Amino acid sequence: MSIIKILVSQIRSIWLTFINIFSKRETIMYPEKSVYLAPRYRGRVILSRNLNGEERCVACNLCAVACPVGCISLKKSISKTNRWYPKFFRINFSRCIFCGLCEEACPTAAIQLIPDFELSEYKRQDLVYEKEDLLISGPGKYSDYDFYHFSGVEIEGKKKGNLDYESNPIDVKTLLP
Amino acid sequence: METKVLIIESILVLFLTLICATIMSIVERRVLGLLQNRYGPNRVGWQGTLQIVADMIKILFKEDWIPMFSRKAIFVFAPILSFLSLFLVIAIVPISSNFVIIDLDIGILFFLMMASLSVYPVLFAGWSSNNKYALLGAIRATAQTLTYEVFLGLSLMGVVARAQSFNMIDIVNSQILLWNCIPQFFGFVTFFIAGLALCHRHPFDQPESEQELSDGYHIEYSGMKFGLFFIGEYISIIIVSSLITTMFFGGWFGFGLSAIFWFIFKTMFFAFLFILIRASLPRPRYDKIMLFGWKFCFPLTLINLVFTAFFMLCKA
Repeated sequence: MSIIKILVSQIRSIWLTFINIFSKRETIMYPEKSVYLAPRYRGRVILSRNLNGEERCVACNLCAVACPVGCISLKKSISKTNRWYPKFFRINFSRCIFCGLCEEACPTAAIQLIPDFELSEYKRQDLVYEKEDLLISGPGKYSDYDFYHFSGVEIEGKKKGNLDYESNPIDVKTLLP
Repeated sequence: METKVLIIESILVLFLTLICATIMSIVERRVLGLLQNRYGPNRVGWQGTLQIVADMIKILFKEDWIPMFSRKAIFVFAPILSFLSLFLVIAIVPISSNFVIIDLDIGILFFLMMASLSVYPVLFAGWSSNNKYALLGAIRATAQTLTYEVFLGLSLMGVVARAQSFNMIDIVNSQILLWNCIPQFFGFVTFFIAGLALCHRHPFDQPESEQELSDGYHIEYSGMKFGLFFIGEYISIIIVSSLITTMFFGGWFGFGLSAIFWFIFKTMFFAFLFILIRASLPRPRYDKIMLFGWKFCFPLTLINLVFTAFFMLCKA
């Protein structure tokens, strides 16, 4: 008797497969039809600039430290305006796992992961991105954020204590109140 | 003059079958895509029409490697035999009332003979490859053969009894009033199952079983030798569907349109059914297949034959 049951269930499954002819196809025709990626999708890594067009990165090396695969390498340099900047900034995308830890670690919101995953190359060497490949002209995700407007770091044109919520630094060498 | 026409006819039919088998490799992928809510190959050419050309180029230029540890003569011989054994059966299939290559009086017996022969290439390939997976595939093929060969012939005997002839044209002519699929329903079902097993089609693809044996008996084959196995499978699908058409679904009979159209239409329908079954059923274990074959299909064909004989006697 059970064999009849099995046969009926098999005929039923053949029928269920057959009626799939009339249902919609689920395939996304990718290159013709672009993929929707959420705004917070972690794809290609970029370096952004602030609203004045200066690069945000201060070469603090926190991203390179946070990176679990160690694909970021950079070297600090100091500009004439006493501001740190990366002399070179290199990301090896053949090692990058797009975890976004560099973005979390970055105090200046310079390094950001954007929704773009089309990174394929024919040569492995082409996956090593230099600073000119990484640096974009806009501010990326955080349009009004400027690190030096919030931190007490001193640069040319801004002394310590100049920000409105900052108190002036105490001169420890004087006895006056 | 007569022989010349016959030769041209034979070559035409053989080439058409070959071309149909090649096209079926693409059609199957597209139909499987349709059944599984996806597209098949649709990148090369318009809607994947040139995919067949791409596949041909690929298979022709692949390295045709013969393993040094194999038995070379048998290794080379197996795919040729596999390709030819069922391919030759097309010669006995009547496409319309006067369009058949050889009008054999023992048509069905010729088919059964070739079907039995088609086990050998699998065994040869599996054994001569000198590979454990290939050998396991060949052993499974043997187990499967023991299963379906028993009722493959018996399922057709009801049809033979009704037509009182082994000749294919006589068999089709005996179905003028009623197609054999109704009085010989169990014969049809069992022959269809045996046909599935004969072509090594899912769910009876024990010898190949890609998931467990990673292609079974033709694991060591590459290039055109693999192509022969591959095309051979599609040829056997076409042959078995055309045999189902001739023996159970009234061959070229139909209304309105031409005989050849009806024959091709019915054959295509059964080829589609083969693909549909591939898309829906999982592969059973080999002992379950044997159980099913011996304890269910074999008695069913015997009962079918006995009842057919009984009714024939009552009528006479």
